[in-house]
Amino acid sequence: MSDFLVFENVTKRFGPLTAVNNVSLGIKKGEFFSLLGPSGCGKTTLLRMLGGFEMPDSGRIFLDGKDITDLSPNQRRVHTVFQNYALFPTMTIWDNIAFSLKLSKLPKREIEEKVDAILGMIQMREHAWKYPNQLSGGQKQRVAIARALVDRPQVLLLDEPLAALDLKLRQHMLMELDLIHDQVGITFIYVTHDQGEAMSLSDRIAVMNRGKVEQLDQPAKIYEAPVSSFVAAFIGDTNFFAGEIVAASGDYCTIRCEGLGDIQAFNDRKLLVGQNVHLSVRPEKIHITLNAPQPENGVGVNVFQSTVTDVIYQGVYTKYWIMCGDRSVSALKPHSRFLLDQAPITWNDKVYMWWHPDDGYMIENFSESDAGLVQTPPDAPKEFPGK
Amino acid sequence: MKNRKGFFSEGLLTAPSFLWLALFFAIPTLIVVSFTFHGHTPNGGVAEPYSLETWRALADPDYPSIIWRTLRISVKVTLWCILLSLPCAYAIARMDKRLRAIVAGAIMLPFWTSFVVRVFAWRTMLHPDGWLQACYLSYLRFNEWLFQCMPAFVQHTLTGLGLATPGPLDPAMATMLDSEVAVVLVSVYSFLPFSIMPIYSAAEKFDFSLMEAALDLGANSFYAFRKIFIPCIRQGIISAVLMVFIPAIGSYVIPQMLGGTNCVLIGNKIFMRAIQNRNIPHASALATLMAVSVLVPMAMTVWWRARQKARDLKKADNVVAAHIPGAKA
Ligand SMILES: Nc1ncnc2c1ncn2[C@@H]1O[C@H](COP(=O)(O)OP(=O)(O)O)[C@@H](O)[C@H]1O
Ligand SMILES: [Mg+2]
Repeated sequence: MSDFLVFENVTKRFGPLTAVNNVSLGIKKGEFFSLLGPSGCGKTTLLRMLGGFEMPDSGRIFLDGKDITDLSPNQRRVHTVFQNYALFPTMTIWDNIAFSLKLSKLPKREIEEKVDAILGMIQMREHAWKYPNQLSGGQKQRVAIARALVDRPQVLLLDEPLAALDLKLRQHMLMELDLIHDQVGITFIYVTHDQGEAMSLSDRIAVMNRGKVEQLDQPAKIYEAPVSSFVAAFIGDTNFFAGEIVAASGDYCTIRCEGLGDIQAFNDRKLLVGQNVHLSVRPEKIHITLNAPQPENGVGVNVFQSTVTDVIYQGVYTKYWIMCGDRSVSALKPHSRFLLDQAPITWNDKVYMWWHPDDGYMIENFSESDAGLVQTPPDAPKEFPGK
Repeated sequence: MKNRKGFFSEGLLTAPSFLWLALFFAIPTLIVVSFTFHGHTPNGGVAEPYSLETWRALADPDYPSIIWRTLRISVKVTLWCILLSLPCAYAIARMDKRLRAIVAGAIMLPFWTSFVVRVFAWRTMLHPDGWLQACYLSYLRFNEWLFQCMPAFVQHTLTGLGLATPGPLDPAMATMLDSEVAVVLVSVYSFLPFSIMPIYSAAEKFDFSLMEAALDLGANSFYAFRKIFIPCIRQGIISAVLMVFIPAIGSYVIPQMLGGTNCVLIGNKIFMRAIQNRNIPHASALATLMAVSVLVPMAMTVWWRARQKARDLKKADNVVAAHIPGAKA
């Protein structure tokens, strides 16, 4: 199936700054697609080019086989849910939602039916005659979505729609968005800098950095098999171990990591001996135990002695910062049911940290600046004055 | 206790403005109105006994037409000012900050020259041999040609409505100077800053992403301008209307210097009665008459709009009731 929406080598510059750099993307019909990246990476600019508010300096945009690059915003059946909602303050909710329908010159009867139906869908019928300033943030959000969906656009664009809401409301709206997407079956393009939002909703995610798409894949693939250190560090958290491949046989290879020792890793791409790589190991994949693990079935390799330097209890799990040689490593330990019965691991305990060779992911495409995205242990408290 | 304190501090805060309004607005207005119930003395004073002689003297057949002309010109000037200010204010509000300050300054620049001097300069610019007059004549000729091209019944309708005069154009009779055209033109020129400024300050607070939202939903720019921009800056437009209409009603210098004998407005009549005829009560009566003829339609409009709003609210309630069972109870 050919893609419904296609960006072809799209570039946009603002003066010396290249906001979107030669981006090519294909989005399928009915897909829930996310653009994920740090603030300033060009997500909004890409979206605004799709909406028709910015013209690309080069490249084309195709929608349903037609070149829409040069069409003005009102000639595209692409609607946007703006971050600040942009509801019309002088119109009632009803009139806000009916805005696009009135423009399409539908008979009055039909407009009323459609507005009423969508008001029902967002459960806002009783607020129809209020003005936007009489609504709460979540209600405004729902109205903005309804207004953009009511005349069934080909694509719905959402630019960080939940950024202004508090955590609980955000989680609630996420579920609602998912439901709405299932109901209307319209292609959604969702822009966010929040990986949690993108992960939980999307069919596919494009991770952007500095105007480029770094990786485009399903959420799980992006998390488990990041193509670059940026993706590995930006999505979730990770530990990087730099080293050189010293042996490779079958599915596994050995990485010699300075200051740590030899690490076994799954070699899915058949990298060759002599290559420098960075191994990314997510904190939740690292186990820590007081006793050395029994060697069996892949366990018992990648075991390193270390010292606990910090323990951060977080309910669902406990986060440990451990010192291994001169490097800090983070590990997450989920709580088993008998947490309180177990001998707890605490500050300054000597522990073994280990992970399964399958749980590390080798990254060839490493940039030192991305290492800065990884969480670092909290600073040790300074000597208390006068103590 | 708390309320009393609130009352006192609030009272103290608003007292100066109330005092100001009372001293310089309410009391003078009442004095002017009270003058109209007295006669005048030959040396320019107000006669002691009450009489209705002044009001009887107002039955001059000239006055209704002068009041009508004053209202008509004021409305024209206001409409033109608003019409020109809207795109100006929109454009200024969209400029970047630095340019905005420069343009706003440029709009205020003429105020550094005396108003009378500026109006007098227009006498030169509107000279019958000048290029503005030439432009005006070509415009009239074009109109005349357009009129000739129309079918007879349209011609009759236009003539009947007073929107056109049949017959060939007489250039001698069509000078701008000393006519209503000059008064309207120069009034628009003079009052334009007063209408741009309130509209601009409203437009500056306008969230232009709303225009993008309207375009995004399929509107063209003009539709978005009419349906989103204008309603949102309504308050600015209302103040602009007041800022232009009220001085236009009392306009005196411009018709005096540019209107000649063809365009005498109520302001000129009041001046004539007060200064030349030394009849203060008569001048007061004219002023009162003018004020009433403006305030009555205004009050009616306000009342009508309030009624309209109440009706809309009621309609909304009914619709809500229709949709939600039990809401009516
Ligand atoms: N109209 C503009 N003029 C100049 N620079 C802009 C403009 N819009 C965006 N930029 C710049 O382009 C870059 C990308 O911006 P944006 O697309 O808004 O990022 P994001 O939405 O991912 O946070 C930023 O560095 C931003 O400063
Ligand atoms: Mg953005």
